[in-house]
Amino acid sequence: MLVPHIVKPRADTGLNNGKLGIWLFLASEVMLFGALFATYLMLRMGSSDWPLGTTYLDPKWAALNTIVLITSSVTMVMAWAMAAKRNFNKFRFFMLMTVGLGFVFMIIKYIEYSAKFDHHYYPSTHVFLAIYFTLTGLHGLHVLGGMLVNGYFALFGRKAYDADPEWFTNRIENSGLFWHFVDLVWIFLFPILYLL
Amino acid sequence: MGEKHADIDRHVRVYLMVFGALLVLTAATVGAWKLHFLSPGAAIALALAIAICKAALVAMYFMHLSSEKTMIYWVLALTVVFFFVLLLVPVLGSFDVISN
Repeated sequence: MLVPHIVKPRADTGLNNGKLGIWLFLASEVMLFGALFATYLMLRMGSSDWPLGTTYLDPKWAALNTIVLITSSVTMVMAWAMAAKRNFNKFRFFMLMTVGLGFVFMIIKYIEYSAKFDHHYYPSTHVFLAIYFTLTGLHGLHVLGGMLVNGYFALFGRKAYDADPEWFTNRIENSGLFWHFVDLVWIFLFPILYLL
Repeated sequence: MGEKHADIDRHVRVYLMVFGALLVLTAATVGAWKLHFLSPGAAIALALAIAICKAALVAMYFMHLSSEKTMIYWVLALTVVFFFVLLLVPVLGSFDVISN
């Protein structure tokens, strides 16, 4: 039996259940990252010698990753637009680009982390590095999660698309909402950790 | 969503414009940081203001908030309230009255 209101919106909320569900999930994600941002604030305000981000970090990698994630957000909405236009091949192309850009983001992150470890910078080295690794590590896990879901839709979504393209398009919109949220978190992490 | 193809094409044009704006704002963030013409406090305020603008563009257009239903706004309003409560916790901690 199918869950009701997965395609057509409910009369009382005006939304299909999937979309309401993903927004409630994103609200919980805001609280998760919000708690860590509050921790960052508390540590920074309580420290007499808080280092500049450039003391430990190289902003050029983060700037490059910002451009990569922003571009992946565009390819994600393009994937949704192509699904909505009922063009599965173009949808798959843009979705694979989104996953590919996520992969590029992770490679850059790996280069960044490797450089830190080469300099013997670990979470235990300084409280700044502790919050840096916590925030960027958690964010990286979110990128990885989004890549898995988007990769699944790109590689194995044909059957679901053929069965009900409208439902499939809704699912792409929902996975896109998560992906954009991940982009949104990075938009704040970039200046807070690397530039200030 | 069942939108017409012409509507989706209009969306796509908006997405590309937002993409351009996001790239410009990213360049502005890096540019303001590199030029060192601001005091630390002003630099923080500017970087956060640009980040808020970028986040608003992503939320309004890529996440379709500009055309979303009222229910979502209620969920987000509640989230914003609790988010600021979380951010205030460290400040409230500095007013700790327990002593000795």
